[in-house]
Amino acid sequence: MSVDANPQVAEPEAVPAKAELSQWAIIRSHPSIIIGGILLGIMILIGVIGPLFTADPIALNPIKRLKPPQGEFLFGTDFLGRDVFARVVHGARISLVVGLAVSGIAVFIGLIVGMISGYIRVLDAIIMRIMDGLMSIPAILLAIALISLSGATLTTVVIAIVVPEVPRVVRLVRSVVLTVREEPYVEAAIAAGTKLPLILYRHILPNTIAPMIVQATYICGSAMLTESILGFLGAGIPPEIPSWGNIMAEGRTYFQLSPWIIFYPGIALAVTVLSVNILGDGLRDTLDPRIARKM
Amino acid sequence: MAKKAQNKRPETVLEIKGLSVTLPEGADREYAIQDISFTVGKGEIVCVVGESGSGKSVTAHTVMGLIPRKDLTPVAGQALLSGEDLLVKSEAELRQLRGERMAMIFQEPMTALNPVMKVGDQIGEMLEIHTSMSASQRAARVLEVMADVNLPDPKKLFDTYPHQLSGGQRQRIMIAMALALEPGLLIADEPTTALDVTTQAQILDLIKDIQERHGTGVLFITHDFGVVAEIADHVVVMQHGLVVEQGPAAQILGKPSHPYTQMLISSVPSLVPPQRPEPEVRDTALQVHDLDKTYDDGGFFKKGRQVKAAQGVELVIHRGETLGVVGESGSGKSTVARCIVRLIDPTGGEVMISGQNIAGLAENALRPYRRDVQIVFQDPYRSLNPRRTVGQSIVEGPMNFGLSHQEALERARELMRVVGLAPDALDRFPHQFSGGQRQRICIARALAMEPKVLIADEAVSALDVSVQAQVLQLLDDVRQRYDLAMLFITHDLRVAAQVCDRIMVMQNGVVVEQGLTAEVYANPSHSYTEALLGAAPGRNTEFAKLA
Amino acid sequence: MLGYVIRRVLATIPVMVIVAAFVFLMLRLSPGDPASVIAGDYATAEDIARIREQLGLNEPILVQFTKWIGGLAQGDLGTSIFTNLPVTTLIAQRIEPTIMLTLTTIIFTVLVAVPLGTIAAWKAGSWIDRAVMVFSVAGFSVPVFVLGYILIYVISIKLQWLPVQGYRSMFEHGVGPFLRHIIMPTLTLSVIFIALIARMTRASVMEVLQEDYVRTARAKGQSELKVLLSHALRNAAVPIVTVIGIGIALLIGGVVVTESVYNIPGLGRLVLDAVLARDYPIIQGLILFFSFIYILINLLIDLSYTLFDPRIRY
Repeated sequence: MSVDANPQVAEPEAVPAKAELSQWAIIRSHPSIIIGGILLGIMILIGVIGPLFTADPIALNPIKRLKPPQGEFLFGTDFLGRDVFARVVHGARISLVVGLAVSGIAVFIGLIVGMISGYIRVLDAIIMRIMDGLMSIPAILLAIALISLSGATLTTVVIAIVVPEVPRVVRLVRSVVLTVREEPYVEAAIAAGTKLPLILYRHILPNTIAPMIVQATYICGSAMLTESILGFLGAGIPPEIPSWGNIMAEGRTYFQLSPWIIFYPGIALAVTVLSVNILGDGLRDTLDPRIARKM
Repeated sequence: MAKKAQNKRPETVLEIKGLSVTLPEGADREYAIQDISFTVGKGEIVCVVGESGSGKSVTAHTVMGLIPRKDLTPVAGQALLSGEDLLVKSEAELRQLRGERMAMIFQEPMTALNPVMKVGDQIGEMLEIHTSMSASQRAARVLEVMADVNLPDPKKLFDTYPHQLSGGQRQRIMIAMALALEPGLLIADEPTTALDVTTQAQILDLIKDIQERHGTGVLFITHDFGVVAEIADHVVVMQHGLVVEQGPAAQILGKPSHPYTQMLISSVPSLVPPQRPEPEVRDTALQVHDLDKTYDDGGFFKKGRQVKAAQGVELVIHRGETLGVVGESGSGKSTVARCIVRLIDPTGGEVMISGQNIAGLAENALRPYRRDVQIVFQDPYRSLNPRRTVGQSIVEGPMNFGLSHQEALERARELMRVVGLAPDALDRFPHQFSGGQRQRICIARALAMEPKVLIADEAVSALDVSVQAQVLQLLDDVRQRYDLAMLFITHDLRVAAQVCDRIMVMQNGVVVEQGLTAEVYANPSHSYTEALLGAAPGRNTEFAKLA
Repeated sequence: MLGYVIRRVLATIPVMVIVAAFVFLMLRLSPGDPASVIAGDYATAEDIARIREQLGLNEPILVQFTKWIGGLAQGDLGTSIFTNLPVTTLIAQRIEPTIMLTLTTIIFTVLVAVPLGTIAAWKAGSWIDRAVMVFSVAGFSVPVFVLGYILIYVISIKLQWLPVQGYRSMFEHGVGPFLRHIIMPTLTLSVIFIALIARMTRASVMEVLQEDYVRTARAKGQSELKVLLSHALRNAAVPIVTVIGIGIALLIGGVVVTESVYNIPGLGRLVLDAVLARDYPIIQGLILFFSFIYILINLLIDLSYTLFDPRIRY
């Protein structure tokens, strides 16, 4: 039989509009994206506009120190008589900024280093040994050391948390690159004379986007936790700027009598991290079912 | 070949009666299988044959009770094992029957065996589940069945792990396991598809032999009419979940009555090479001289083992000619192709194209020569970037070589017509096309580079036989139309016979024989070529040529 | 086999050197003057000069690096600025509670997380599975110290079942007091670890349950329990053990926090005290110590793969 006598004209059944609709259906079938998204949205809203409506978070009021939550002080007061509610609302900013900044920077650096490592054999061995080394340093200790050397500011805290997160991103990106570079469509592009930067951009990079979005949410959550731990250990942002970690650190001494100083920022932190993690799980199930089985 | 006269069929082991199984909601059809009926008799091999999506595997798994009932629900009919309906059995009752009265072997023996368990123990597990034998009795029985399936030195193999065995040995272990309790019914789901042709022949012989000696009824699922011709007593042809035709093997293969069966059988390429015009002496398009590729898996701290994937390979292809490279897995045929396209770097030798040796060229110096050699891969589902439109995929190469987007698109439109697809499909995505259509797109993408040499690396192996015939025809058409030199790599001797002018046989990285296709097939000079041809399933059967 | 072990052991050396070099460079390359940051706001010029001297910041970088690596090779992790004691001595004094807490946590975690994850995978989609997944998401989200304070508040202060804080050595005070003091820290520290390992176990077992050989086992008529235990779990062992090893890093971070919540005089408290006293050499020595421990544990785990999977080549 000849080709012309039996034309195999493509009659694709799926129309684009239908595909978009089904994407919505998928998101709706994963309620965790909606739940996590809404929760996170609320926390962001509180962080952005909340401080406009609260009392002054650093105003001292020694007469009303260590007041339990009631009336004027929704979350009580701390040992200097500062309004815990105001401090918690202001603290949301630090947590969110740290979370977003760390995940953004770590993913960006990890993406570049991971692509290089995955595609350039000579550098791969060296880069991966360095990453192995970095990964074996406990993240919190590394952050503590970096901060004790250069002082605790928002920038140093962010850098100190980014450094130990990078290797995880590098490994993930590298593993995606190593899988995808063996795909016949990448080999076809090589055979067609496409240059390396274009191959990375066109054929490899798009495959890393879904796992990177998912990874970014997890990093965001863990960065917020690390920030609070640093604050709690006294190695974080100084108490003049309220952060959930340093509010709780200051509450430690008074814990038995005034537990609210620790509980309210603790709950705020847990809810925020939880919303990010729920969102991450939902995105993972939706964007990348293959990875979903591995995480 | 002598087939038993099948007018009277033996005592029934398995009877499928009006069986229907639904697919989950949202599938492309309501039923996986619909109202199918057939029987398997004692000591009889029944082949269920069909293309992908025909429902043949679902049938086998339904009988074994191995389908997820949530997704695939039997809604009507019966599956009677010696008169007992399997569909109404409880899970515990089914467990009792599985292994003891019916057993199953699968397509891929490597993955079907537990990688962290000794093979002897895996066979022994069957006895442990269903009998009260002592450990020593079990071991003795395991050695007995291992010997029964002709495994060499059962005592030694007992303590090996699956990865230490060859593909054929693994499938023998699977068969030994299935037969340990002498079940009345053996279900074999494409048991030789993942094996090399010579191993396949041995396993088919073994199944036939066992079934004759033990009187086992065999339900054999396959897509390959060669295999059907080799072992079937009775054939059931399925399409889209329906049985379209069934009958004794000789009748189905020789005088099929249903148009679908006729089409399938006439699509099976003949092992006899057709008359091809004597190739005139033409310009050389590609010359490979003394090509070597050695893999060294050594590391920093350890001595590497060297694997010689290709050694001293010589080949020449002229314009307008097709050179076939045949061999089993590990023969080095794909290594040669990948060296020529320079997806991997040869460790030695020359690859001459357009007067230049490209074997050692650095990427930048190599790039101008890349357009001269293009390749079509095996897997149509991974050969196109799922995130880019077909048009983007086709124009990528030409634009690398200076064509404007408009010109490249014009060329892509024309090539879509050449490969038999509508030009306006260029802005669709790969997932909107079938496997055969994608392979056509890949051919168009290769042609867009205006290459001198086109390499087809198992390009039709993943396709159903009816689609395969069309793509083969297309490859032959474009070779003539563009005066291409074609390097056709395949494990399938039937396919090679139909499209190759000359043929080259590889084994363990070395070319053992080359010559005109008709001559090699008629008078193989190397014993390995002879073995390959002797193992081709269905070689003694003349398939009905209709249509 | 022996060759394999030797190769693996040798392969950890470059990683250790990289860790050491990184820690060294951190001090030398940090922006600003680390000596004055460490000395604090009220330090005199002499204080800063003394600290600079003690940190070796006055010497040329290569000389100092050679000395430093040489010292490390002989087990010298540095000297405290304020007590002038070698860091190794400080570690020896404080290590027992940390080892005990880590061990009880790992044991408790594995006993809880592996069965939970396996059952969740087996009953994927059921309420048990959902509960495990919800627990694991929550476990990742609650900060260790908040959890610790909640436990103290409920169990010690309100119910008065267990002591609030402190540590009793099993060897000096006996098993009873040891257990009464270690239960809550162990629970606190385990939660995030259980979340991690249950999740990983679930994922690995689920993946293995899709494998052809599980289908083969079912085709043999094997019972679901046996399929799960002798086929699925055995094949999932390598990823599970791997994640336990990686989780050690998480655990070390958690130990620091947990010890400070429960006032346990271990290495974690040593870190905290060093942070408060700005005793950088202790922090630096402990980083090296924990990193090397982490590398060694993961080396052992690497070597243990051969027990689980015959395909791993020696």
